[in-house]
Amino acid sequence: MYNTTPTTPEVRIDMVSEQACRLTFSATISNKTADQITIVSHHLRKIAGIIDLIPSYTTLLVIFDTDHYDRFAICRQVTTLVQSLDFDTAADQDAREVVIPVYYGSEVGPDLEYLAEYCHLTVEEVIAQHSKTAYRAYAIGFTPGFAFLGNTPEALHCPRKDTPRLKVPTGSVAVAEQQTAVYPSSTPGGWQIIGRTPLQLVDWGSESLALIEAGDTVRFEPISRDEFLAQGGTLDGF
Amino acid sequence: MAFNVLKSGMLALVQDLGRHGYQHLGVTTGGPMDELAFRWANALLDNPDNSAQIEITFGMFTLEAQAPTSIALTGANLGATLNDRPILPWQTHAIQKGDILQFKQPSHGLRAYLAVKGGFDVAPILGSVATVMRESLGGQTGKGHKLQKGDVLPYTATSKHDQKIVPRIAIPNYDSKDIAVVMGYQFDTFSGLDRARFFGSEFTVTPQSDRMGYRMSGQAINGNKKGIISEGIAYGSVQIPNDGQPIILLRDRQTIGGYPKIGCVTSFSGGLLSQKQPGDTIGFQCVSVDQAERERHLQLARIAQWR
Repeated sequence: MYNTTPTTPEVRIDMVSEQACRLTFSATISNKTADQITIVSHHLRKIAGIIDLIPSYTTLLVIFDTDHYDRFAICRQVTTLVQSLDFDTAADQDAREVVIPVYYGSEVGPDLEYLAEYCHLTVEEVIAQHSKTAYRAYAIGFTPGFAFLGNTPEALHCPRKDTPRLKVPTGSVAVAEQQTAVYPSSTPGGWQIIGRTPLQLVDWGSESLALIEAGDTVRFEPISRDEFLAQGGTLDGF
Repeated sequence: MAFNVLKSGMLALVQDLGRHGYQHLGVTTGGPMDELAFRWANALLDNPDNSAQIEITFGMFTLEAQAPTSIALTGANLGATLNDRPILPWQTHAIQKGDILQFKQPSHGLRAYLAVKGGFDVAPILGSVATVMRESLGGQTGKGHKLQKGDVLPYTATSKHDQKIVPRIAIPNYDSKDIAVVMGYQFDTFSGLDRARFFGSEFTVTPQSDRMGYRMSGQAINGNKKGIISEGIAYGSVQIPNDGQPIILLRDRQTIGGYPKIGCVTSFSGGLLSQKQPGDTIGFQCVSVDQAERERHLQLARIAQWR
């Protein structure tokens, strides 16, 4: 009745509409699940008729063109592919590491001091904690190129702001609970802002389009105010 | 040669069938709110399916033609006039140099499609001209702007005109209140009472409805209040947020979200819903994936056969 096709014990396929199905890999967020989703996404790109993929924490939404391709044939190919993959040995060869320089400071990170106070840390300790971790890009969304990165060290866990800011400047680096992210464009946002990167995260005119893709490993590298300005960073925006 | 925009109206946007293949980067598709009306407009002029058109919401939009061409109007009846003479949608019209094309206000439906012979000549960004204002992508400027007074919409002039009209049977009934929904994989997390409320009662379109999503108001669906782990959102997804009022996510939807979903509005019904105005009422009808696919194929086959 719900159009559920059992495949392997780990991956479930559900029809969402006449143009989409959802693959569920796990009920909980983990690096293993994220690895599996990255591998499956990579292979599904090669199947004709699949026009879009949205990987997220535990699921992969597959959108297909049923105007020109047979829905059952596509679903069969997806099932076969998922069953044939050996997740235990298939290490993710494509994993890229992206390093993002960040100027941590109150003039670009108005919540830096609040976060330190909330977490009973010094500002220096907040910076050290945030930049020591290798994060994983679990999903891209909210706005184009906005990467949901996790997990932040527990010492930095802090809720979102009660009232979101109407404008968060482009390049702002922020945290919320176990997540961290860089705002690729100026949008409203409720996360705690602690710094800013001079890097451009999206450039639709370039071949790479977006700096971070789901599955990537992301590290933050503290830079000084002078380095930030030398790399083209700006201080305005609030 | 081009149309000059004399009055920008409420919302007029350059659209094609959408920006596909970039949702993994968080880029939504955009595209026509009423896909069937869009496809018919290109079919009437024997244009390729994806040729750029103007989607006019509500009306109050005026153009002046700089050169002869042939246009097609489909979708809503927005009280269009050509040099002050009323003209009807779902057919082609000959245009001469200096003609004034005006859209006044809706008498039936909400969004009209204006196609021109050969399509509007707009540069694509990420493979599409679809305007998504929220993402600052696409359209005449490439930066997601809606059309403004003084904009110039280029086309290739032609004095050739074929009088064509969409067969009556193929014209959708915008008065229909039935919106078809495929039950979702989270359907069983809603109680029997909630399902009965969803499929058994009427919902009203609220003023907080736009190209991103239609927010409905009616009997609250309590559902599971926990929320879910954020996941990809398909076109037509019916989200039930904590207040229990359904939100149907349409062309400019965000790509990822964490509200529970009771089901998914079909592509054909999504077009019908997009023609509704705040205050209009609808009811949800339960259909299978197979029925949804059959309906879509039937509509597309009609266009293909007519062509």
